[in-house]
Parts: sequence; C-alpha cells; structure tokens
Amino acid sequence: MFGWEFPPHISGGLGTACYGLTKSLTKENVEILFVVPKLFGGENLPRVDFIDAGKVPIKINQRKEIITQQIEIPGEERTEVEVSITTIEVESNLSPYRSTSYQSPVLHMESWSYTLDPTTSEVTTEVEVSDTFTHKFSGTYGPDLIEETKRYAEVAAALTRELAFDIIHVHDWMTFPAGIAAQEASGKPLIVHVHSTEFDRSGENIDPRVYNIEKEGVEKSDHILAVSKWTKDILVSRYKIEADKISVAYNGIVPKDLKDLPVIPSIGSHVVTFLGRLTFQKGPFYFVEAARKVLEKFPDAHFIVAGSGDLFPQVVERVAQLKLSSRFHFTGFLKGDNIDKVWSVSSVYVMPSVSEPFGITPLEAIQAGVPVIVSNQSGVAEVMPHAIKVDFWETDVLADAICNVLAYESLSTTLKKNSLNEIKNITWDKVAKKIKNIYHELI
Amino acid sequence: MNLSDTTTKQHLVLYLQVHQPRRLRPFRFFDIGSRGEYFDDKQNKEIVERVARQSYLPANAILLKLIKKYPQIKVVFSVSGVAIDQFKEYTPEVLESFRALANTGNVEFLSETDHHSLACMMPGDEFEIQVLDHTAKLHEHFGVRPSVFRNTELIYNDEIGKRVEALGFNGVFIDGVDRVLHGRSPHHLYQHPDQQGLKIFTRNYNLSDDIAFRFAHHGPLTVERYMSWLQGIPAHEDLITLAMDYETFGEHQKQNSGILNFFEGLLKALAKQDRIVMATASEAIMNLKPRDILSVPHYISWADRERDLSAWLGNDMQRDAFDCMVRMERDIKSIDDSDLLERWRWLQTSDHFYYMSTKKNDDGNVHAYFSPYPSPYEAFMNYMNVLNDFSYQVSEHERHPLNNQKAGAIRSEAERRELHVPTWAMNLQNSYEH
Repeated sequence: MFGWEFPPHISGGLGTACYGLTKSLTKENVEILFVVPKLFGGENLPRVDFIDAGKVPIKINQRKEIITQQIEIPGEERTEVEVSITTIEVESNLSPYRSTSYQSPVLHMESWSYTLDPTTSEVTTEVEVSDTFTHKFSGTYGPDLIEETKRYAEVAAALTRELAFDIIHVHDWMTFPAGIAAQEASGKPLIVHVHSTEFDRSGENIDPRVYNIEKEGVEKSDHILAVSKWTKDILVSRYKIEADKISVAYNGIVPKDLKDLPVIPSIGSHVVTFLGRLTFQKGPFYFVEAARKVLEKFPDAHFIVAGSGDLFPQVVERVAQLKLSSRFHFTGFLKGDNIDKVWSVSSVYVMPSVSEPFGITPLEAIQAGVPVIVSNQSGVAEVMPHAIKVDFWETDVLADAICNVLAYESLSTTLKKNSLNEIKNITWDKVAKKIKNIYHELI
Repeated sequence: MNLSDTTTKQHLVLYLQVHQPRRLRPFRFFDIGSRGEYFDDKQNKEIVERVARQSYLPANAILLKLIKKYPQIKVVFSVSGVAIDQFKEYTPEVLESFRALANTGNVEFLSETDHHSLACMMPGDEFEIQVLDHTAKLHEHFGVRPSVFRNTELIYNDEIGKRVEALGFNGVFIDGVDRVLHGRSPHHLYQHPDQQGLKIFTRNYNLSDDIAFRFAHHGPLTVERYMSWLQGIPAHEDLITLAMDYETFGEHQKQNSGILNFFEGLLKALAKQDRIVMATASEAIMNLKPRDILSVPHYISWADRERDLSAWLGNDMQRDAFDCMVRMERDIKSIDDSDLLERWRWLQTSDHFYYMSTKKNDDGNVHAYFSPYPSPYEAFMNYMNVLNDFSYQVSEHERHPLNNQKAGAIRSEAERRELHVPTWAMNLQNSYEH
C-alpha cells in the first residue's frame, strides 16, 4: 500500500483514512506493507510494516540520465537548459503555493491550490553509470510535490523487485505514479483509492498535470475505489471511466468517547461553526452569506470559522465589509484538543462544501454531539440520513436550516440522538470487509 | 340465501381506507410572520387528481360494475373528511362515484375523525367533535349514517373504545396485534371488556399486507393463490377482517403491476364461491357472536413494526410539534373564526407527524414513500415554521377580539352539537334494532 501521510504526522483526512483502513484490514488478516515518502516517527500499527521511501536504496545499473528542460515562454525563443546530471533532484517548475503568509510555515493541505509556470517539457538522455542512491522526500505537500511523486514512483519500482505481495493499493494522485510503476514492475493488480479529485480541490481551475496523473492512474488501474457515489460520478463524467470499474467504499470513523471532550466556557447560546480549510472547495463564502441572514433573526448568534487557507483574507474582508466582525471568531488552523473545544461550544456545524468527496468532519462533529448541516454535494450526505442537507449555493435554505436548528430544541436533540446512533454503523471494519472481497476478486 | 345459512358461514369483511392529507407548502423560517398560505393547493390538487385517475376512479368503476352483477359483494370504506373535502374541490367525479357505491346498499361507510387526526391523544372533547363532524359529512355527501368506527390509522386502546361506544357506535376496527390477541386468532369478532355494546374487528395484518405491501413480491400475487390462503382458514374461525389503503389499488401498487385485475378477480372469485360470505361490518355484528373479550390497555395502531403510536409521536420532534399544535387549542377556540379553526384542524392531520418519523429500514422506507419531504427534519422544520406563523396570526386576532367572542364560540359549539346529536342518536336507535 502506498500512501502519502500516516498518523500521527498528518495534515488532512487522507492520513486518518489510511490509518482507519489499514487497522481494520489487519483484523481481516490482510498483511500490509505501508510505504510513505517519509516516516516522521510514531507511526505504529500492529501487523503493518512501514517503509520509509527515503531509505530505500535504488540501484542504477549502468545508467545515467541527463535531463534538460525545454522552457517555452510566450513571446520568447525556446531555450534549453541543462538542469542536472544523474537525475536525482530535478528542479521543480511548480511555483510556491499562493498566499503563504497567512498560514503556518509548514505547507499543509489547506494551502492546496496550484499556480503554474509557463509550459515546460523535459528531454532525458541516458548515460551509463553504476551506483545506488536514495531519494529524499519531504513527505508534505510542498512546492516540489509533483517531482516527489515521480521519485516516489522510482522507489516503488525498486521496492517491487525486492518484496513479495499480491496486490497494490494506492491512495490519491500523489501515489498513482508509484502504483503504476509497481504494477508495471510486478504485473500485480493495481487498486487506486480516490479520496478526492482535482475537480473537488480546484473546481474548474484544475492543474492539468495533476489531472493527467489522476487520469493515467485511474485508467491503468485494475480497479478503483471511490469514497462516495459523488466521487464515483465525477470519475465517470470527468475522467471517462466505466462505472463498473469503480466501487464505492465509504470512509469509516474511528469511535471516540463523547465524555473525553474538553469543555470551555460557552461564548453564547447560539454558536454556528465552520471547520475546514478556507478554500474554494469548502465554500466558506456561502457560510458567511448564510450567517448574515441568520443574524437578522438571531442577532446574538456567534459564528466560528476554524481553519486557514488561501481564501482566509477574502473571508475576513467579506465579514468586515458586512460589519459582522463582532459576531465572527476566526481561530486559524486547529488540531486535536482545540477542535474538541470548538465542538463543546457549537450549537450546529455547517459544511457548505462545493464538492466534498467524503467529509469526515461532520461525522466528528456528530461524535462530539453537535448536529450537522451538510451540502448535498458531499459524500457524507450519502451515508448520514440524520443531517440536514442543502445545496451549497442555496444560502437562503442554509440560513433557514440554521435558524430552525437554533430555534427548535427538539430538532437539535433528535438530530443529535439519531446521528450519534447512525455513526455506529459507519465503521472502517465494514469498509475493510468490502475491500478485502475486492482484493480477492482481483487476485 | 337465508339468515341461518349466513350465520354459519365464514364472514369476510374487506375494509378500504381512503385518505389524502392537505400537504403543506414549503414555509421557511424567514416566512414566519408573513401570514402566508400554509397549504400547497397546487400539489394537493395534482396528487388527488393523479390518485383519482390511477386508483379511485378505476377501482370504483370495477366495484360498481361487479356489485351490479354480483349483489353478494360487500365492501366497507372509510373516507376521511380531508379527503372528501378535497374530492369536492378537485375531483367531484370521485365523490360522485362513491355516492353511486353508497346507493347500491352493498357498501358501508365507517366513521372516523374528520381531519384524520390524532385527536384521541388530545385533552378535552376535540376527538368527539371531529368524529361528529365526520358523521355529518358522510350524511351530507353519501346520505349514510355510520354505526361502526375506525380511528386514525387504527389507533386504539380500551379508553378510546369507551369513548367510541359513548358516541353511539357498536363496532370498531383495530389491528390484530399479537401482543393484544395473546395467541388467539384474529378471525373472530371480539368485544370491549367494559362496553358490551362495542364489537371489535381485528384485522389480519398478514393477509392484508400480502396485498398492500407484498403484492409484487409474491411474483405477483395471483387470485388463485390468495383464495387458497383464505380457504385454508379453518371453518370454525368465523370472521376474516382484511383492511388496507384503497390507494393500494393503482397508486401504491401501480396499474401495470396487474393490481386492478387482481382486485377485480378476487372480488369475482369471492362472489363465485359460497364457503366464505362477504359482509359489511354491520352485517357481521348482526350475524356473529363475539368470541371473547379483548382488552387493549396500551395504545396500538396498524403502523410500522411496532404497531403503536411511534409512527407519529415516536421522537422528540414529533412530540414537540404535536404539543405545540395542541397548546394552540385554547387560543383558537376563544376566537370565533371558523376558517382559523378549520386550518388548525388541517394541521392536525396525522400525516404531518408521520413525515417526521426518523425510523429506519423497511418502516423508514414506507414513511419516506408517503412523505413529500426529502427527510423528516425538513418535515419538522416546515411544520414548525407554519405553526409559528399560525400562532402569530392567532395572537393578532386576540389583539383585536370580536365582540362577545366567547359567547359566540360557545354558541356556535352548541349549534354544532344541536346539529350532530340527532345524527348519532338516530344511528344509536338503529343499531339496537336487532
């Protein structure tokens, strides 16, 4: 299995999902070699072998590569630059991500949106050499991400020659080149697990290179796991994949006891919470717009915006423009205990995502006893009947739903009670059983 | 066929329920205070017209045709007041076809609460008022006076039985719930533990649901197969009570499933044999002796697996919504405004609460099938917003009270009684003739 992150060092839902899934797969007696670009220490699961891609020696048998980049800049002549010899670290032509000044220095997923340099292409010339070396990985989502995925693929090919396994299971596009390399080197079946697509993350302004990696991955795979029907439909319509090749495997949630929640003093009786990256995908402006309407009916309501991301300055500006700053609380990016603290004061959680492949946060809110409103454009809406569902662009309806939850206590208690009961059925064990069956069909 | 023959034979009572609620229009939280319209007349008209076309009219036509040919066919209907009112507004031809059936004398109409409500769960005499309203409505439209009662969704307990008996009814339909029958067969007439005048029909829910819910699952069900089940019932079990929604025939089960052919075929097959005799409820009461006393200390109904009140009052939202509606009674009745009162009663229709059920699995699917809302939460929100706006309207009335409003309300209530009492008093007389 090839992943990109694994708890405790995670920056998004992908690592959490990989943890839940591998843990439950081992209960099904599946032996797992889990490869990550970089082990940060603390990764531990019984019966799972972790492999640090940065420590895998790669043999270069009588080969050497000279890479030149051809850079086309509109209005200028094509130039050829010799970038490096012996292929190890290739300069990335991905520029650093936008608006870094508003976020923590470590680049997390919340900064996930790409800006491209002018088109470049590479020409590789092989030269003989004899050596072994290892690749270096940051294991994050930094500016070198696309190059890291290529190096990761080389590691995958090398590993494949050393190890015995029956199936290759890769998680999201960063690992797709690795999956394909492993598939080509071993001839074993490849499962690509799609936790999100470029269209979810970027709307229509997709990075064509990421898209191409995704498309190649889903095309070359032997089977695809999509985290929701929503995602499956995107794969069918945007990636032209046959529906039969895709199985929906909803995420699970790791049970957590409600009693463990830290409690902080209440900031008001009506607290509406947004928790997620402030990016296009998560629809923060719809939240602000709905909040404006809710305040007409509940002037004392408070709105927590927990998260950071490239839209952060615009969201703050919009709130200020509407003169609602006194009702809004921006917490920045939150982790662990601080998230639980936010839950402890929230009357309702709102996830107005524009396109959410799954969306584990609403389930975490439910686990913490907070009723949730989610967009219909989310995978979680497919598995959680006990949530209020709205179309993300219908801010009137969203505001209406928020008002209703604030106004009618019996609505809130019924949502809480039923949803808390429902998530008992949304387990990784169930998902693992399904995936194990798919493994058996492919072997 | 003389009377002594009939009394020794197995009776089959087929009771069909006709009901359409007045569904609410989408009403936002932000609409509260707008004093807007609450009921989605357009949607209600469309649904009533569709069900009339697919079910009521063709099924009534079959029934009328067969009764003319086979006078031994007997059927029992209960048509809710909200349905009658909507037929009058939207599809008078449906009302006309029921009238034609009533005129055959082979069809008995049951009494129920006019608004198909949970009034039996409300304090005071709202239940009695609604039953009498319905009785008057049946007389007005079909020229009949009912002597047998069915409560909304067959909700029943001993206390309701007492109230029903006090209103002058001599029979009541309930569901043949196992925990009430305690191993006894549903195929008998039973009797209220205290009120000897009240006979109880216990529905065979298995045989009823074989048609209503499992028709298609049976491949589909054939008349021959169903008749063989009926004929397999031992001869000493003398009363088979089948009850289901009339909309089963053509709406819940669509026409292309062959359900209407089954309906016609079953009635014909029953007419052509003489082991089982079809009877109206009143005939069965006249011909059969109650087998045993049937005590029902706790509420039962015909809904969901639980067969209790949980379909309408099972979760916090449902109870909250119902309580809020009930709490308006005093204010509304202190205003002499029949339009306001009528709209409040439309809001009592059990369907509104049924849509708010958060049950899962098969029962949840049935709730969802009937609901015009995407989820129970939308159903609750919409209802509460309407109710809040309605409260707002009512409170405005109080600020501008009519002169002598209290006296007026009391007077109009007295007039209602005046109007109704003879109806059921006469009916009471009739029922003692035998």
